[in-house]
Amino acid sequence: MKFTLSWLKDHLEIDASLDEICERLTTIGLEVEDVDDKAAYKPFTIAKVIDAKQHPDADRLKVLTVDAGDGKPLQIVCGAPNARAGLVGALARPGTYVPGIGVTLSVGKIRGVESHGMMCSEKELDMSDDHDGIIDLPEDAPVGASFAEYAGLDDPVIEINLTPNRPDCTSIYGIARDLAASGLGTLKTRPAPSFAAKGDTPVSLTLDFSDDDRHLCPGFALRLVRGVKNGPSPQWMQKRLIAIGLRPINALVDITNYMTFDQGRPMHVFDAAKVKGGLVVRRAKAGETILALDEREYALSVENVVIADDNGVESIGGIMGGEHSGCDENTSDVLIESALWDPMNIARTGRDLGIISDARYRFERGVDPEYMVPGLERTTELVLDICGGAASEKTVTGYQAHQPKVIDYPFSEVKRLTGLEVSVDESRDILTRLGFAVEGSGEMVSVSVPSWRPDVDGKADLVEEVMRIHGVDSIEPVALPKLGAVNEKILTTLQIRSRSARRELAARGMMEAVTWSFIPEEAAKLFGGGAPQLKLSNPIAADMSDMRPSLLPGLLAAARRNTAIGHGDVALFEVAATYENDRPEGQRRVAGGVRRGTATLSGAGRMWSNGETGAGRAVGVFDAKADALAVIEACGVPMGNVQVVAGGPDWYHPGRSGTIRMGPKIVLGHFGEFHPKTLETLDVSGKLAGFEVFVDAMPAPKKKATRTKPALTLSAFQAVTRDFAFVVDSDVEAAAIERVAAGADRKLITGVTVFDVFSGASLGEGKKSVAIEVSIQPSDRTLTDEDFEALTKKIVGNVEKTTGGVIRA
Amino acid sequence: MTLPVRPSPSLSGRIHPVSQVIDEISAIFGDMGFSIAEGPEIETDYYNFTALNFPEGHPAREMHDTFFFSPDENGERKVLRTHTSPVQIRTMETQAPPIRVVIPGKTYRQDSDATHSPMFHQLEGLVIDKTTHVGHLRWTLEEFCKAFFEVDSVTMRFRPSFFPFTEPSFEVDIQCDRSGEQVKFGTGTDWMEILGCGMVHPNVLRHCGLDPDVYQGFAWGMGLDRIAMLKYGMPDLRDFFAADERWTSHYGFRPLDIPTLFGGLSS
Repeated sequence: MKFTLSWLKDHLEIDASLDEICERLTTIGLEVEDVDDKAAYKPFTIAKVIDAKQHPDADRLKVLTVDAGDGKPLQIVCGAPNARAGLVGALARPGTYVPGIGVTLSVGKIRGVESHGMMCSEKELDMSDDHDGIIDLPEDAPVGASFAEYAGLDDPVIEINLTPNRPDCTSIYGIARDLAASGLGTLKTRPAPSFAAKGDTPVSLTLDFSDDDRHLCPGFALRLVRGVKNGPSPQWMQKRLIAIGLRPINALVDITNYMTFDQGRPMHVFDAAKVKGGLVVRRAKAGETILALDEREYALSVENVVIADDNGVESIGGIMGGEHSGCDENTSDVLIESALWDPMNIARTGRDLGIISDARYRFERGVDPEYMVPGLERTTELVLDICGGAASEKTVTGYQAHQPKVIDYPFSEVKRLTGLEVSVDESRDILTRLGFAVEGSGEMVSVSVPSWRPDVDGKADLVEEVMRIHGVDSIEPVALPKLGAVNEKILTTLQIRSRSARRELAARGMMEAVTWSFIPEEAAKLFGGGAPQLKLSNPIAADMSDMRPSLLPGLLAAARRNTAIGHGDVALFEVAATYENDRPEGQRRVAGGVRRGTATLSGAGRMWSNGETGAGRAVGVFDAKADALAVIEACGVPMGNVQVVAGGPDWYHPGRSGTIRMGPKIVLGHFGEFHPKTLETLDVSGKLAGFEVFVDAMPAPKKKATRTKPALTLSAFQAVTRDFAFVVDSDVEAAAIERVAAGADRKLITGVTVFDVFSGASLGEGKKSVAIEVSIQPSDRTLTDEDFEALTKKIVGNVEKTTGGVIRA
Repeated sequence: MTLPVRPSPSLSGRIHPVSQVIDEISAIFGDMGFSIAEGPEIETDYYNFTALNFPEGHPAREMHDTFFFSPDENGERKVLRTHTSPVQIRTMETQAPPIRVVIPGKTYRQDSDATHSPMFHQLEGLVIDKTTHVGHLRWTLEEFCKAFFEVDSVTMRFRPSFFPFTEPSFEVDIQCDRSGEQVKFGTGTDWMEILGCGMVHPNVLRHCGLDPDVYQGFAWGMGLDRIAMLKYGMPDLRDFFAADERWTSHYGFRPLDIPTLFGGLSS
């Protein structure tokens, strides 16, 4: 909402400075967004050309002697055709910034003659595009005075960021009323419009609604003014409209725009000569269209409310008039409309038709119903003053007198909600100044809400009114009571696990990413998504259309982007939501990651592949498996219950992927090297491995009766290790060998680790060698050779028997 | 002996600033007796708007550039939540007062330019009991900002404003020094708008089955990415979601830099 200071002063008697006014506006909730104080115009003064001589060296230039009002004539070189002795114009002295040409003047020589300033054209002052000559003021313009002040260019423009709850301040009058209530200035009252009205309005007016629809147009007032002259509006009005960014059109249209901003009362004018028959206000019929004043054609529906005549639809009620019955310079008889519309229907119609107008803006917030008729009177007065003519009596249809809302209000409510101490007298005074009627005495009163404040609904709204005028900033901070000496755990298990997953993955050298929750449809489908319920109707871009079923497509795309800028070796992870369906329980919490190229966790543990340790090794399925298991372990899942089975979802390589399960029902995650087709579809190159772990699928940790750890018995006897290698069929799981070996003697064997797996021609077709290291810890005596032999026999026997393998010689 | 060593993976891995800032916030608010609440990002119109006192067709709805899904068989269309405030409702529906929660999370608006991202993060706060008022709100926010920005004092300015789900409502500016390239808090004479807040609207309390004459409290919401940018100096919001290894390496945090109050939030 924009307005000028002088316009505000039409309604407000005020001495305060611009800064004070702006500060107060912000304080009372009308946040000043921008102020143009027109300071750029301040240096320009009115000056008179005393003498104009031909420039000795240039045909088109003149050398002027200019009186700036200080008795020290200036020599100025000027090329304007209208420069002449006696002309009074606008002077810019050296050092002045000239806005229209973007130049700061200095004393210069033009063709050998010194020039001490410039006589300006309108274009140079950014007033218009006129550059035919320099500004030519009336002879009596005061030489030496401020040009901006003289020309009315010094009127500061203030823009407030109006919140949608304040329809009363969509008008300059309303802003003045709020300022006055805050104690800044006095609201001016304008005498009621007085003019002669004669004869009935000759156009019939019908509100054609069923009982259920009457709220769509709760009132309509109309009047005819005959014999107007619709030329340009007066300069003062044009200047104000231009200052707030409107384009003057003609007097009648300008008057309606003026009323919209001055009083927050959108008006409409019909050229009476173009209206055929009576006016009917009704729902539009399917198939009806209107060419509106914005020169666009709109297809209407029964949800839209229109004003129609025998020609058809003439106006979209409360939103925009029609081109057909609009007023132009030939209009001589004008119908002036002042009506009320249903805010919700206006909002919906405006949205459906895609029309943003100053009328819609006001009607969807709520226009003061009690000003419908006074607004028509004031508009009529302006029309008669500016365009002449003779007014008919007004027709008013449908309007029921406004019933004010009454709120039972305890004054103590301010203290209860804000902590502010505001006396009963001050509260009462503030409400009264804002136009509320306070009835009753004592602590509990009845407060009637003025017709221009549809937003005020209950006690809390009245608290806000009192508080914002009293001053918000005097609210002192008060400490929240401390709940206990030491705070309890505040994170949920899921939050703790998400956090652990992040820190664990970062500690494994990975970078955390936050990628878009919406991904291209193709990528979503590739990862099992793409359901219609997860597709956005209005995506910001075509490739951000589907809620992601997996973190991997986003991470793979990120890997591709990093590669493109020369950072190919990335290890990225994300812990965030994926979406199975559109219900809350369909939102999963997933930890996912990808590693590309050589971004392996070097130096951690033994490597599977022969000799290929350290930098330069391509990532593989086991890197992803290690990441996934690390997340699960970091989240506190008992690893003894976790099983890994070969094979994963089909975006992975079928032979180089796995699924992590817990019992028959829970899938904890999957990992693998990506299928070449996946990478090809997503346009990612290089070897990549990745994983996803479903953090929300992990079973809740068991409640522990005690934090005490199991007793630790430290043996005094030497621990030893023994290595074994078995040749087994290649489909035997290495993990099974570990399990069987460990079971050979649960007391003595404290650990079994597979440290080498290889297959080769020497072993024969379909065979592999698995080497394990067995840790042995005796607890009561040092083991003898016989003991070892017995244990070895048992281990080898068990493994051979269970797996069908043989010990390697 | 002077050859450089291979760095530990825990030195090269990075936590994203958003995660780090959430941990910082958890540390601060945990100390003030708050817990951390979360909620779904795909929301119903009811939780995102209606329960929060955005009447159907009210212009306030249009302040949010909402992402919609296709209508279901009942004509209802889900939305991507435009703010974290629906979690206020879900919290009040399931938890009896006294309530103290902060709600960090992803939010979405159909808006993309130099300062807007279609996906961003908000931090919401909610306190409900029988006596909490704007004075407590002010204290909470001042203490939070002091702790978060790690400065000795902050000056805040409350301005009356409007949000459908709070009444009275405020926008809050924080005093700062904007003369340099980076904004400095706890000093200076400039103001910067940092958050919106207010007393929970009686209609919102009623929607959650709480009597507004008995229960009262406050809520606030602020841009999580934004306060991260203000604290750590990232110049562009859009970089947050680009997963550029160089950016994450520079602005990210080491996994063992865990924010605590006893050790200082940031190292």
